[in-house]
Amino acid sequence: MDFIAILRIAVQALTRNKMRSLLTMLGIIIGVGAVIATVGVGQGAQQQVQDQIAAMGTNVIFISSGTVNRGGVRVGSGATKTLINEDVQAILREVPTISAAAPGAGTSAQLVFDNQNWNTRVTGTEPQYFQIRDWNFAGGADFTGDDVTHSANVVVLGATVKQNLFGGSDPVGQTIRLGNLPFQVVGVLQAKGQSGIGQDQDDMVYVPITTLQKKITGQDWLQYIIASASSQPASYAAQDQITSQLRDRHRIRQGQDDDFSVRNLADVAELADQSSKIMTLLLASIAGVSLIVGGIGIMNIMLVSVTERTREIGIRIAIGATESDVLRQFLSESVVLSVAGGIVGILFGVVSSITITKVLGWHILISSIAVVAAVVFSMAVGVFFGYYPARKAARLDPIEALRFE
Amino acid sequence: MATLTQVEMNIVNGNAGLPVIQVEDVHKYYDLGETKVHALRGVNLTIEPGEFVAIMGSSGSGKSTFMNMLGCLDKPSSGKYLLEGTNVAQLDKKQLAEIRNRKLGFVFQGFNLLSRTTALENVELPTLYARLDKAARQARAREVLEMVGLGDRLDHFPSQLSGGQQQRVAIARALVNRPAILLADEPTGNLDSRTSVEIMQIFQTLNDTGLTIVLVTHEPDIAQYAKRIVVFRDGKIRRDELVKQRPRAAEVLKTLPQVDENDAELAEINDVAVLPVTIETATLNEAR
Ligand SMILES: Nc1ncnc2c1ncn2[C@@H]1O[C@H](COP(=O)(O)OP(=O)(O)O)[C@@H](O)[C@H]1O
Ligand SMILES: [Mg+2]
Repeated sequence: MDFIAILRIAVQALTRNKMRSLLTMLGIIIGVGAVIATVGVGQGAQQQVQDQIAAMGTNVIFISSGTVNRGGVRVGSGATKTLINEDVQAILREVPTISAAAPGAGTSAQLVFDNQNWNTRVTGTEPQYFQIRDWNFAGGADFTGDDVTHSANVVVLGATVKQNLFGGSDPVGQTIRLGNLPFQVVGVLQAKGQSGIGQDQDDMVYVPITTLQKKITGQDWLQYIIASASSQPASYAAQDQITSQLRDRHRIRQGQDDDFSVRNLADVAELADQSSKIMTLLLASIAGVSLIVGGIGIMNIMLVSVTERTREIGIRIAIGATESDVLRQFLSESVVLSVAGGIVGILFGVVSSITITKVLGWHILISSIAVVAAVVFSMAVGVFFGYYPARKAARLDPIEALRFE
Repeated sequence: MATLTQVEMNIVNGNAGLPVIQVEDVHKYYDLGETKVHALRGVNLTIEPGEFVAIMGSSGSGKSTFMNMLGCLDKPSSGKYLLEGTNVAQLDKKQLAEIRNRKLGFVFQGFNLLSRTTALENVELPTLYARLDKAARQARAREVLEMVGLGDRLDHFPSQLSGGQQQRVAIARALVNRPAILLADEPTGNLDSRTSVEIMQIFQTLNDTGLTIVLVTHEPDIAQYAKRIVVFRDGKIRRDELVKQRPRAAEVLKTLPQVDENDAELAEINDVAVLPVTIETATLNEAR
């Protein structure tokens, strides 16, 4: 029998029981849709994280106070009060591959301008901070080294803060109140959007580190130091040098744990990449299970169908259908069911991953490999789960089949 | 074609001069666990090309078992069955399917049409398995449906046809691949007497063109239309004789009332309108 005839007969048989065929396909639709959506959203997230890390620069080294446990998860960050401003100077002075370094400490504060209020995070740092992170200004400029030396009351606003306090008007040169103190706005950063974990990176203001320490928190220790190496290979060597240097400076004896952790953003990128890959794989395999369940649904319905159509099968055999003719007929029905389900599932998955990534403001990433794999896999499900019922049909004894009521 | 074995040559060409059917000492047992049913107990029968054989016998005498064996749907437990000189026991499943498809035409008591499938599609079915192309399939199916007088019912579903019409669709389906033998197991069992005679008229016309027909019936007046009657009893042939003074179904139809009073069915009126012969009968009756 030619391919078109087989296909036409299969479609005819399936459209006779439209509701049943639809419900049977639903398992595959949901399975394929879920796989496509999870892979799509997962890859979108991965891309997002990668973009952000790349934007930070892979030469960047991040030194935070507190310790690292063996799993690589930072614990007790900022809990130890050993990282100080002099460490920043020492790193710059003594580690040759480090080209820039800036301290970081933070608190949260209430900002007021006119009758507008906004609560946000305040980071104290030095001007190099903006160079290391490669952030651009939408208006004004960063504060200066002099501002740091004199603990000047100057502030750089993140885009969200600017929007909330000033709306459309230009804040540069204006004076806002931070806690109880007046601060002059010297610059506004360009919007950077949400981070990979959904934090608003623009809801932040920056003041000179000395101003923060002396006038706002009254504490002189740092939460982190951010440094940048001359190149990515150099950053690995720098990591080791910084570690031994800080151990010396903090008088940590051999065998004792570090009271800080030094991390290279290249490592962080890899870690983030790996964890989002694992997450995607996990979600996709859960979704894959529902494809298997859909396949079992197809098998179930095909078995019912073979029993219902026993007499038809007997007639077909009596007028000259071979075993392989009958096998192909029923197999094509299950494959048509599963592939049709797969195609609808792809549409469903594509639409939902576009919706999800749009809501999150990510890039839309529909993997063509996932789409092809979904079609191939759903076809395989149809063949695999349709084979047993089809073989049962093909092996029927025609005499008994013809007698079947 | 050069590589075909003798067996396959026989399937393709037939063996001129040989009997179409040669059955030698055939037995058939059904094993039901504790008991064994001995359905055929040493049957011998030879049927030459162009014969029209009616097989009679009471219920349970082994007629259907025998027909299923002739139709290559079942194999004898012992004995030999030669179909156009080929020992069927030597054939594999695929070759048997090909024989059922090309050499044999089946007509059943219960019509056995596919429901929700049009008359044309039902008749096309065997040509599909013969792997004919679409144009040839449709042309042949149309041709045989016209031959049995259903040229204007091509797109009707079985549920929209009377019993007689359904059986004619089944006959058309049996003929579409131009078989050498037509096997019919009680084809008139579900039909009223007038429609039965109409079916016999089709069979006689086909037989006149040289088609070999084997027909099972338990009605003596239906068996009369055949050329030869074989009577089964308890799995054996008890009588085998030629019919003397065989009636022509076409002539008999003229004498029958147009609609049988006893089993008058509304649908049968359609039947009458279709067969040109019966229209003629009607005008004749009126003229008398
Ligand atoms: N599949 C079967 N299994 C067991 N016994 C069967 C089967 N088919 C037929 N028989 C038995 O074989 C005998 C002949 O049956 P069958 O050929 O159908 O008779 P007929 O068609 O002449 O009425 C009966 O006794 C019947 O019960
Ligand atoms: Mg019978």
